[in-house]
Amino acid sequence: MTDASANNSASGKSSLLVQDARTRKRNAVEARFKWYGITAIAIGCVFLILLVTAITFNGSRAFRQTFVTVPVTLDAAAIEAAEASMMKTSQYRKMIEAALLTEVAEANIETDMDAGKLGDMLSSSAPAQMREFVLANPNRIGDTVSFDFLTSSRVDGYLKGRVTRDSLANDKNLDAAHLDLVDQMRDIGMVVKRFNIDFIIGSDASEERPEQAGMGVSILGSLFMMFVVLLLSLPIGVAASIYLEEFAPKSRWTDLIEVNISNLAAVPSIVFGILGVAVFIQIGHLPKSAPLVGGLVLTLMTLPTIIISTRAALKAVPPSIREAALGVGASKMQSVFHHVLPLAMPGILTGTIIGLAQALGETAPLLLIGMVGFIATNYPTGPIDGFLSPNSAMPAQIYEWAKRADPAYYERAWGGIIILLVFLLAMNVIAVILRRRFERRW
Amino acid sequence: MSFMKLTASTLAIAAVSATAAVARDNVQIAGSSTVLPYASIVAEAFGENTDFPTPVVESGGSSAGLKAFCEGVGENTIDIANASRAIKSSEIETCAANGVTDIIQVRIGYDGIVFASDINGNSFEFTPSDWYLALAAELPVDGAMVANPNTNWAEVNEKFADQPIQAFIPGTKHGTREVFDEKVILQGCEDTGAMAAILEINGGDEDAAEEACMTIRGDGLSVDIDGDYTETLARIAADTNGIGVFGLAFYENNTDKLQVATMNGVVPSTASIAAAEYPVSRPLYFYIKAAHIGAIPGLKEYAQFFVSDELAGPDGPLAAYGLVSDPELAATQAMVANEVTMGSN
Repeated sequence: MTDASANNSASGKSSLLVQDARTRKRNAVEARFKWYGITAIAIGCVFLILLVTAITFNGSRAFRQTFVTVPVTLDAAAIEAAEASMMKTSQYRKMIEAALLTEVAEANIETDMDAGKLGDMLSSSAPAQMREFVLANPNRIGDTVSFDFLTSSRVDGYLKGRVTRDSLANDKNLDAAHLDLVDQMRDIGMVVKRFNIDFIIGSDASEERPEQAGMGVSILGSLFMMFVVLLLSLPIGVAASIYLEEFAPKSRWTDLIEVNISNLAAVPSIVFGILGVAVFIQIGHLPKSAPLVGGLVLTLMTLPTIIISTRAALKAVPPSIREAALGVGASKMQSVFHHVLPLAMPGILTGTIIGLAQALGETAPLLLIGMVGFIATNYPTGPIDGFLSPNSAMPAQIYEWAKRADPAYYERAWGGIIILLVFLLAMNVIAVILRRRFERRW
Repeated sequence: MSFMKLTASTLAIAAVSATAAVARDNVQIAGSSTVLPYASIVAEAFGENTDFPTPVVESGGSSAGLKAFCEGVGENTIDIANASRAIKSSEIETCAANGVTDIIQVRIGYDGIVFASDINGNSFEFTPSDWYLALAAELPVDGAMVANPNTNWAEVNEKFADQPIQAFIPGTKHGTREVFDEKVILQGCEDTGAMAAILEINGGDEDAAEEACMTIRGDGLSVDIDGDYTETLARIAADTNGIGVFGLAFYENNTDKLQVATMNGVVPSTASIAAAEYPVSRPLYFYIKAAHIGAIPGLKEYAQFFVSDELAGPDGPLAAYGLVSDPELAATQAMVANEVTMGSN
């Protein structure tokens, strides 16, 4: 600014103090252009703020969940009878419902509901939670154990403001009378809403119980996929770029390959998904819905990104480094691997991380290879199982939740987006740090 | 260079373990997104109540599921296909060509198809005739086919409120659309006498007449929804004049936003559908690859668990979610227990 004004005043012909028409016009154009720019940035910021508020507003509720504390006496005879039946959990449910009724009566809360009706406020995950505890702690049979059970998604929605007495008018899962009880139970601390770690580490749940669903297994699925992508795309991508950049003769063939790599980077990801189904599942007979296949498909998608960024990083190393190495008698290979590659490494890593982040958020190809549905239910039992057993991935899980019927799943989809964004943000921050710390300028 | 070695050995491990994966220990299911909620509830309960791992249920549609089902026999093919319609003879042929010859057909119950609109809007009491008159592309008038002139529900039936016609119906890739076409539109075509009129016009060609009945208007008053019911719900939220087609279970989960219309004076519910009073429903199925029974642990147990009274019965969790229990469930249970395949009786 100071320079510009100095020039202006120096070149003024008629007067140093009065601007002529042309100067005023030029200044006006410049001011207008600045305003265009500021408006563009402001519009961008508004959208960003809208997006972030919408996500945090809708998603943050998914991290808190409503629990009800019920002391249940683990009656040996009842448990034995339950274990002998086919639907074991329905027997456990009866025990919990009876215990809940007693507990409500003891707290001097009046209700004319029977145990079964009262039990509608509990999540259908409660019996499984109790059975798991009993199987894990057989020595506690006979004791009275206090359980923190999840409430049903409707009760949870009531405490989060999503469900009201009016909205329950036609609902057959819960009545307004339940909500009166919930109010009283909350007053005495029997019902609490608190942070729910299972949303982050838990597995997917059926449509019946959104309150139990978590991202944990699909996060593992995504990590296994990213591992495959990293392990394949980094060496292949770097090798291809080094050859193209340092060794390949400039010919029509290498030009053709270069153009195609650039084109490949712009191919829609769904194309890679169809390719993946055809090549890896139908011809290669790899297991469906497996993170290994997902990783292979995403590798195809990530390769061009990595090759392009690696080549840019190699190009940025000054030729004088190569020539100096060659000058003191290093072979071409030595000059590349001892001098050029280490200097290009920060750029390569940054490109790789950006490529991985892109792959992490990719949904379309995963839909085709069967990673959507009720998939992310079992934790992998080991590393090999993790690659080969059916699993979902974070974006696919979010997509699946968004289309389920219960509105509580919609809230969880927003929550899932927060988790996914945290991962993406972390990867981008790592990329920025790497670049800041290790990048060299010449 | 050690990185290359690492990569090579990882690839080798992956290749070896891929062949080791032949010992698959969980049941794999794919198919209809209408059956998915029920299958997921059963799969979850199955994992909780037995020592078998929780089966995985992929969505993607009845046709995609049956296609994957018919790809062949072996560990890397699915064991069960969920379908919201019966398997077609062409699919059975494809199956047979790929070695899938023994198929057990299991009917798990019925799914109700309901018409619902915004909770604060007008209420409707439909008959199939109303829908035919509202959505048909062309109506027979005085011995000739003319483009459907109705644009308001009040024009269709004078007892309806003054509300522009805006319908959101399932796209043609959905199994629900087939039921809608046959049980609502075609029925309405016959009830209004339009069928007879069309037959008169075209000289008695019944196939062409049915075709003419079931052709839906393309002028924007009826919109095909290719996505899920959540998309239909969003469309109605955006346009409160809209009336959408939903599954009963979906409606029952969203009673705070939707009001349901009656059909022939009957309110849709699991009870009225089971009693065959509510006319628009369809059976839901799953298909088991009999060759996999014994090879895949838990496959038969899962099927038996699914059709047991505790789950698929009128008081089970599936009915609570919206499945209309099959009155002939006992016969289905016996069929699964005896592994009766299609065409063997």
